Amino acid sequence: MKKNFLGALAVTTALSPVAAMAQTEVQFWHAFTGRLGELVKAQVEEFNASQDEFVVVESHKGNYSETLNAGIAAFRAGEQPNILMVFEVGTATMMSAEGAIRPVYEVMAESGAPFDPDAYIGAVKGYYTTTDGDMLSLPFNSSTPVLWVNRDAMQAAGVDPDTDLSTWEKVGDVLEQLKAGGEDCPLVTAWQSWIHLENMSAYHDVPFASKDNGFAGLDTELMLNGPAQVAHLTAMGDWAKDGKFIYTGRRNEGGANFRSGECALFTESSAGYAGIKAEAEFNFDVRPLPYWEAVTSEPQNTIIGGASLWVMEGHDPEEYKGVGEFLSFLSSSDVQSAWHQNTGYLPITAEAGDATRAAGFYDENPGTDIAVIQMTAKEPTANSKGLRLGSFDQIRGIIDEELEAVWAGEKTAQEAMDSAKERGDALLRRFESANQ
Amino acid sequence: MEKRVTFRGWLLPLALIAPQVIISAVFFFYPAGQAVWQSLFIPDPFGLSSQYVGLGNFEFLLSDKYYRASFVTTAVFSTLVTLCSMIPALFLAVIADRLIKGSGVYRTLLIWPYAVAPAVAGVLWLFMFNTRVGVVAWYLSQLGYDWNHVLNDTEAMGLVVVASAWGRISYNFLFFFAALQSVPRSVIEAAAIDGAHFWRRFFTIVLPLLSPTAFFLLVVNVVYAFFETFGVIHTITGGGPQQATTILVYKVFSDGFVGQDLGSSSAQSVILLIVVGLLTVIQFKYVEKRVHY
Repeated sequence: MKKNFLGALAVTTALSPVAAMAQTEVQFWHAFTGRLGELVKAQVEEFNASQDEFVVVESHKGNYSETLNAGIAAFRAGEQPNILMVFEVGTATMMSAEGAIRPVYEVMAESGAPFDPDAYIGAVKGYYTTTDGDMLSLPFNSSTPVLWVNRDAMQAAGVDPDTDLSTWEKVGDVLEQLKAGGEDCPLVTAWQSWIHLENMSAYHDVPFASKDNGFAGLDTELMLNGPAQVAHLTAMGDWAKDGKFIYTGRRNEGGANFRSGECALFTESSAGYAGIKAEAEFNFDVRPLPYWEAVTSEPQNTIIGGASLWVMEGHDPEEYKGVGEFLSFLSSSDVQSAWHQNTGYLPITAEAGDATRAAGFYDENPGTDIAVIQMTAKEPTANSKGLRLGSFDQIRGIIDEELEAVWAGEKTAQEAMDSAKERGDALLRRFESANQ
Repeated sequence: MEKRVTFRGWLLPLALIAPQVIISAVFFFYPAGQAVWQSLFIPDPFGLSSQYVGLGNFEFLLSDKYYRASFVTTAVFSTLVTLCSMIPALFLAVIADRLIKGSGVYRTLLIWPYAVAPAVAGVLWLFMFNTRVGVVAWYLSQLGYDWNHVLNDTEAMGLVVVASAWGRISYNFLFFFAALQSVPRSVIEAAAIDGAHFWRRFFTIVLPLLSPTAFFLLVVNVVYAFFETFGVIHTITGGGPQQATTILVYKVFSDGFVGQDLGSSSAQSVILLIVVGLLTVIQFKYVEKRVHY
């Protein structure tokens, strides 16, 4: 018995390296932990089990910024992965890195794997596509901001939970009533720059930056100090002063306040769904992001946040074939609709959206299609296609700082945004000269 | 009288200093040299191309009023951290030194916080002062004080100073305690017989005899406040609100590793190197004169 066991051990140890060598390894670095991490792992396992030519190896490399950094540092050391997940803010950095990345349309054409870039919905595809229509990175997880409502908190403060919250004017009245009804945290937000400036601009069809928000050239300048944005931030600043809008931090700290039932209204990504559904012990619903009736009678579309997958340069042709197969698998309708239903991220292919609807998911989970409708109701304009700005992670940091000055009542919205423009433009000029 | 060891020949002394020299060269001189070299360029993040700008990075930095403000923030922060970690440490050491029984227990307990890494210390303090779930923040609100370090810059600064100084008190305590033990009892007893009370003995005899230790700790703590407090700031405030807690080393990190602006980041490292170098020279030239060995 013992001999048999040892013999079996010897055989397996002798065989396994051979088996592993026959398969081509594809390294995939991503930024997901928790539930999202598990879902990514499941996708990878499914792909690996579906064929025996390639093995995708997924590794978590920290948050979005850290993953991008890890990829860059690895490239400098010649150790880059095949596929790197980069958040939408890093898109301009990756696009300018010719020689470090291999465009997805090239990878897909060479690998011969089935792939149709037109399957992706316009607002998603546009973000990661050149002005000539070539797709540079594969859209992976995309979300868009919506308004989350704690129905119980509304009721407790004596406000009808079905009140119309479609415009900020109406939200303003509701905040007043909530405050009067004894609610300590009427409104809270996550990702303030993304929701209250970047999306706010696109939604009202006003530019966030010149040159089509940076799509048309590196010589772009910020235009976030326009009258529409300033009016919105002035209102938010007043709400902050009156204790109607509670500021909790630069990232998604506000999510904890909302999920614990402390706050009535919450502007957050549609991908907040998984967490809210799991934790909230109150009735909630989803509404479209409000707009200002004074600025527009009908809002444009919102833009996406999230990440896409970039293929790095400098690997063997065989590996690129594996990359192509894996990306093709990821863009398939089944994978996409499962991802959308599990996470609250958008169904980024039209087919996945239809499949989800046909399966009755939206009827069972009302409101989960709000984000989809909001994104796709109108054909994107130059102002609502997305943003493509260099050093954008840093510019967001500047915007965060300036917004904090508004919430603290130290600067007017106009002063803060003028200053954000001046400081942000300096970084854009540096990025321009680094990438000439 | 100076003690001197004399070696015959060169081989042995060279072999003895070689490890130190090699380590300094590999881990200090080489990267520092690289930083100086890179500070003259604006490279792209991937290192694919790079553009020579001479002193352009320095001009860009010094003309940025937010960067200049960061010097003031750093000065305030490091002064506060140094004071808040040295004075309580000295006080605790004096008290522990007076204990006859149980000083071992106190000593052990007081040394514990030193084992906590700065980033972890940051998270601990953040939990206590978290505006939503923090215990201390809750007590303060019961007392009618609305704690909000997310928007209030003074509170944010106070919190990062306390979190940075806390673990450091242990380190300083150890040194002060050891130094107190080596103060000759006979001198203190003589003063006591002359009728000097405790605090008088402390200020006229003990403190001057502690000055070499205090000076050493001053230098070490300033360097600590400049460089090693990064983890605390990163976990508690991320440099905010606005730029109230963005100290120089935090800006090096955020420009280099968040903004991928390696040229500016290198230039900032060079400036930081010069500032700390100057500070240390000043400390040795002026403060050391008042130190009695």
